[in-house]
Amino acid sequence: MEFNISQSVRREDVPDKIAGIAKYIGDYKFKDMLYARTLRSTEARAIIKNIVFPKLPDGYCIVDKGDVPGRNRVKIIDYDMPFFADGVVNYIGEPIALVVGKDKRVIESILSQIRVEYQRIEPILSVEDGLNAEKPIFGDNNCFSDYTISKGDMVSAKRRAKFVYEGEYETGYQEQFYLEPQGMIGVYEEGKVSIYGSIQCPYYVKNAVEECLGFEPYRVRIVQTTTGGGFGGKEDYPSLIGGQVACAALKTKKPVCLIFERNEDIEVTTKRHPSKIRLKSYIDENYRVLGMEGDIVLDAGAYSGLSSVVLQRAMFASAGVYNIENLVVRGRAVATNKVVSGAFRGFGAPQAFFAIEMHMEHIARELGIDPFEFKLSNILRQGDRSTTGGLYRDRILLPEMVNRVIKMSSLEEKKKAFKEKRKIGKLNGIGLSMFFHGGGFTGSGERDHIKGRVRLVKDDKGYVEILVSNVEMGQGAGTTLRKIAAKTLEVPLSKIIFNNPDTDRVPDSGPTVASRTTVIVGKLVQEASEKLKERWSEDRVEVEVQYKYPEGFYWDNDRFEGDAYTSYSWGVNAVEVEVDPTTCEVKINGVWAVFDIGSAIDERIVKGQIDGGIVQGLGYASIEVMEDRSGKIMQRKSTDYTIPTSMDVPEIKSELMCEPYGGGPFGAKALGELTLVGAAPAYALAIEDALGVKINKIPVRPEHLMEVVQNGK
Amino acid sequence: MENKIRFTLNFKTVEISASPLKRLLDVLREDFSLTGTKEGCGEGECGACSIIVDGELVNSCLYPVGRVEGKEVLTIEGFRSTPEFEVLRESFEEAGAVQCGFCTPGMIMAAEFLLRKYPHPTEEQIRKGISGNLCRCTGYDMIVKAIKLASERGDGLW
Repeated sequence: MEFNISQSVRREDVPDKIAGIAKYIGDYKFKDMLYARTLRSTEARAIIKNIVFPKLPDGYCIVDKGDVPGRNRVKIIDYDMPFFADGVVNYIGEPIALVVGKDKRVIESILSQIRVEYQRIEPILSVEDGLNAEKPIFGDNNCFSDYTISKGDMVSAKRRAKFVYEGEYETGYQEQFYLEPQGMIGVYEEGKVSIYGSIQCPYYVKNAVEECLGFEPYRVRIVQTTTGGGFGGKEDYPSLIGGQVACAALKTKKPVCLIFERNEDIEVTTKRHPSKIRLKSYIDENYRVLGMEGDIVLDAGAYSGLSSVVLQRAMFASAGVYNIENLVVRGRAVATNKVVSGAFRGFGAPQAFFAIEMHMEHIARELGIDPFEFKLSNILRQGDRSTTGGLYRDRILLPEMVNRVIKMSSLEEKKKAFKEKRKIGKLNGIGLSMFFHGGGFTGSGERDHIKGRVRLVKDDKGYVEILVSNVEMGQGAGTTLRKIAAKTLEVPLSKIIFNNPDTDRVPDSGPTVASRTTVIVGKLVQEASEKLKERWSEDRVEVEVQYKYPEGFYWDNDRFEGDAYTSYSWGVNAVEVEVDPTTCEVKINGVWAVFDIGSAIDERIVKGQIDGGIVQGLGYASIEVMEDRSGKIMQRKSTDYTIPTSMDVPEIKSELMCEPYGGGPFGAKALGELTLVGAAPAYALAIEDALGVKINKIPVRPEHLMEVVQNGK
Repeated sequence: MENKIRFTLNFKTVEISASPLKRLLDVLREDFSLTGTKEGCGEGECGACSIIVDGELVNSCLYPVGRVEGKEVLTIEGFRSTPEFEVLRESFEEAGAVQCGFCTPGMIMAAEFLLRKYPHPTEEQIRKGISGNLCRCTGYDMIVKAIKLASERGDGLW
């Protein structure tokens, strides 16, 4: 069937969601189902000396480390945190045991009576302490990862430099705050464990549960239920609770349901890594940035989780969209006795782009030159090399995109008008950011680690089912993949079926992360569709394809050299703000954005990603404050940790300006994460414009702004 | 302690025995298996559990069932049989107002309440009207447009 791939279509998942019919994990009821709540550490670092349990009523039990038949370590990248604490605890909120039974109130009562006796150990509560730890949490140097990337000749760059500028930038935690809290149900039947849950990565959970139970692969099945948002938060953490409910189901031989309360979810699940990034740039008399030294420190929390890869992505993005030929960047993920940092849309990039965008602006201001001219004269072009020496093969449209955003936002006129307004005490400002996001896993991850497989099955009535392990979690993956198949097969969209993955039925096409579902998995769906098309006349056909690393690309994972990504998506954002002269509260008056995502598979879905990503990015920059004291998260309730409401953001005006990518389906590149990355620097730069101050830290808080304004810095 | 509580639920009279302090949200989800009403926070912050009680929009997670005696309760399950719902459903689909969907039933109830009050709301009134309903996916623009669209398309309904 002929249709324009970008033209929006009806989403099949949506009518049931609107009508309240779609079943999320909390809506499932299995026969004889039990409930579970988690006993958690109240200490940041301690040895568990003893646990005193009350006498349990009939039908209630405790599930703890003694009930893990396999290995009591969650397989994430390494064998990582224990499913249940084993003698020690390393952060407040670390799971020790489950209390399982029929009545939630009785469970609560049992929980309140359990006494855990701790012997406290001096905790590591900051990255500074973590870098000088006497009693490391991990290894000798207390870093889960300590990497350096370098290219070119720093010595020569330093010698040739006329100006040097150094700055330090800081970003805070961010909580995903998917509207549906984490939840899973474990079921044990005839020697097999099935886990139902709100997840992004069915095979991550499957691998972790197999290790936890010591079961052969055929005895573990994972079924994704309608998922109420993920944003990275349901990438890593479900592997932990999946193992827990599996142990509980195995012990009780009954279905066991573990659903988090919101405040529990805020306090104990993974969040975006707080960062401290120091950048030092060497600039010549023509205002070219010859070289840059960087030092990136991420607060990883108590266990390594995904920190090594988050750190890599931050490091690879450290030079932003600028062509800096000589570069040395060190990155460290530091262990602290705090909640585990993990995946969140952007995955290290939001931290790095905030730092480099502020840094470049500050250099220009320090040198007394126009920031736009300075940035554009250093900007990446086709044929330039990335921070890891990879080639930018495709056209980079940034200059055109910047011009478009300037025009859409009337940026130049506004800058002039705001200057005049400031004379009468009105504090308006506008800021602009430029950024990219690499599609798919970093380096050779897709080739060596994931090796994604996609299967299509056609029945005798001409219906084709897409069998992949990637999930619909709101982002529109189901519709996007169906469109790719329908368009390639030239059949009506109604002939293509996409169901929530069940690992008994779908091959491992990899996790729903890294903006890879359209660009990587979608391409595999396209390839499989082409194969299927050749055999269309057969009654029932099954075709399977596997990811192949594209020719001409190169990656050395020991040295971090080569093509960190096989495709790049680009973005430019502008944000306009108004600052209250008395309270320093900031109101966002306008947001404009242009993105190059190769091509839009569905314009309405794309706009949904753009709007949602930008608003999350604006929240990250402004009101989403999360701090810790003595290892305890201070904003641990939904009343304290605030995310943007409809009143906090204006209408977002966005356009696409796309350079199609030959390696993606119908030219498409990565989209989901890109949209979040640029909002924070644009917002902070707008405030700088309004107040004439320097901002080095997000979230930008009014009380902090007042201090900055009063100190005249 | 349990009391007998009678009220109208989705146009039908019902009676239950429950502690008057039990959250209306739990009564709906557990006693009546009406799982369209979602629990997103349990503190009245997110609005995922929004329903209409005697014409007022309430967070059912903060509403003790004892207070519902003699009142009329409307949840998404009752509302979805009305022509107003049909207009909202079409508009939400067309405007792209739904992603993960967890906030959506609550958002629909908030939209219904808003349109009863202002059949032709301004953008400002819409933004204010749904400001008690959090959505983490859409950034709100497409929801605002959906409600605007519904008000035009359903002219005369509200």
